[in-house]
Amino acid sequence: MRCSPNSRWFWVVSTLVLLCLPFATDALLGRGWVRIADFALLYIMLALGLNIVVGYAGLLDLGYIAFFAVGAYNYALLSSPQFGLHWPVWVILPLGALLACGFGVLLGAPTLRLRGDYLAIVTLGFGEIIRIFLNNLNTPVNITNGPQGVSMIDPIAPGGFSFGATHELFGFSLPSVHLYFYLFLAFTGLVIFVSRRLEHSRIGRAWMAIREDEVAAQSMGINTRNVKLLAFAMGATFGGLSGGLFAGFQGFVSPESFGLLESVMILCMVVLGGMGNIAGVVLGGLLLALLPEAFRHGAGPLQQALFGHILIDPESLRMLLFGVALIVIMLVRPAGLWPSGKRRRELEDEGAATGGGA
Amino acid sequence: MSALLHVQDLKVSYGGIQALKGISLEVRAGELVALIGSNGAGKTTTLKTLAGLLRPTEGSIHYQGDDLARVPAHQRVRDGLALVPEGRGVFARLTVAENLHMGAYTRSDTADIAADLERMYATFPRLAERRQQLAGTLSGGEQQLVAMARALMSRPKLLMLDEPSMGLAPLMVAKIFETVREIAAQGVSILLVEQNAKLALQVAQRGYVLESGKITLADAAATLLGSDGVRRAYLGG
Repeated sequence: MRCSPNSRWFWVVSTLVLLCLPFATDALLGRGWVRIADFALLYIMLALGLNIVVGYAGLLDLGYIAFFAVGAYNYALLSSPQFGLHWPVWVILPLGALLACGFGVLLGAPTLRLRGDYLAIVTLGFGEIIRIFLNNLNTPVNITNGPQGVSMIDPIAPGGFSFGATHELFGFSLPSVHLYFYLFLAFTGLVIFVSRRLEHSRIGRAWMAIREDEVAAQSMGINTRNVKLLAFAMGATFGGLSGGLFAGFQGFVSPESFGLLESVMILCMVVLGGMGNIAGVVLGGLLLALLPEAFRHGAGPLQQALFGHILIDPESLRMLLFGVALIVIMLVRPAGLWPSGKRRRELEDEGAATGGGA
Repeated sequence: MSALLHVQDLKVSYGGIQALKGISLEVRAGELVALIGSNGAGKTTTLKTLAGLLRPTEGSIHYQGDDLARVPAHQRVRDGLALVPEGRGVFARLTVAENLHMGAYTRSDTADIAADLERMYATFPRLAERRQQLAGTLSGGEQQLVAMARALMSRPKLLMLDEPSMGLAPLMVAKIFETVREIAAQGVSILLVEQNAKLALQVAQRGYVLESGKITLADAAATLLGSDGVRRAYLGG
């Protein structure tokens, strides 16, 4: 690792800030916001996973939430009273990631020849199929408990240390949401690390070649079939991992958490943040996870202050404001909030190029 | 069979239309062969099939004496069969340097790759100046140079060029053909597909004329240049 004194300070400071964040949030905004921050981290993991498929390999996937669902239900069924199973978390989480990876290949294999709009339609269908299966697998044999979902899922508790309870450590009282924040932070760090390594690997370059021009990529000797399957599999793995964490954190899963809107939301995080750039995707995930909550909690009091009473129900105003925010961001920054350096240079070069033919 | 590439009675269908109706041709080691013909004659189909991107319905392709029928496209590149696709196909959002690196995707000899890269920059000084620039922002001619240099990075034995002069200004076309000649001089065999029959036949040793999926003429390039049929059909006079 290259580590100049400056960047070392950057790491030390940002680590300290992140470690203090749950306490600061708790004190300033209330515990509900720590919970929102936990969800934001889950979303960031999902966005980074989708970024591999969409950002690196250029394969438009509109059913990505299905892998999240697979991971979540895997955890829910193996660690809840539903079947009376309570498997250890260090078995369930990898298993969920592996299972999602398998589903990724399952989705990838029949869609290898598809691109763009056509691929988007098939993946959209795939996402819906998974959700509808989860919704209906309660008869004749009850597996998923149907629309009621699975409840009373065990909290994540490796080696008896339950993240679902408050712990006293070094004189600090650490509530469950704080613990989950640190756990998700660690996993997000892992996902970022793996993403970075992949981006600069031979495989990462092959993904980008496929994104740019598939025929040319094949002419370079890239086995496009395997490399594309690998993109689906890697993306799905992150989705499955994140899904397992979600189930343990939430304690309850139901099919309605895995609708099309969620897939679209994650895609928005990737596109709005800056496709293919890890920092951008993290920023996109953070913003899109926090903005709707901010509108939810902010719209009511703001109207009270301005007009003395509530004109429009904050709940319905929330998505409107969110939509407007999305449009404004994409108008002002078409390449995303934080595009990769390359993408930015491309836009500048295009402005400067004379457009000559030869 | 001493030919590097030997194609026998190749038939290819494309969405219900038979694009190639049984063509036979060969490229010998060290040769520069031109395949000329008008739009829609099946030139690109031929190259795509040779590269493994399309499957023939009938006929055989032998490369270095081996049947290629069951060899997938990515393996053919490893074996030294490189295609510069029509319309150049540079990776627009990768830099020139990254494009050239992609050309060496099948190789793992890091030191040799670096040496080859420097050789490419020496051969194509224009690319050396622009190595950190995104390939999509280069001019058409420069992109063609990137595509050719990129293909050379795989150390091909047979380089297949699909319409390298397409859409380029005359001065740039001359530069590209000069480069083709240089590559051939280094001992790389070349199969050159062109609409610009005159230029192609001037650099090639032998030529084939492809007309609606069939080879109608095959001869030494100089003979084809002088033949009445070719003159009338392709050279405008």
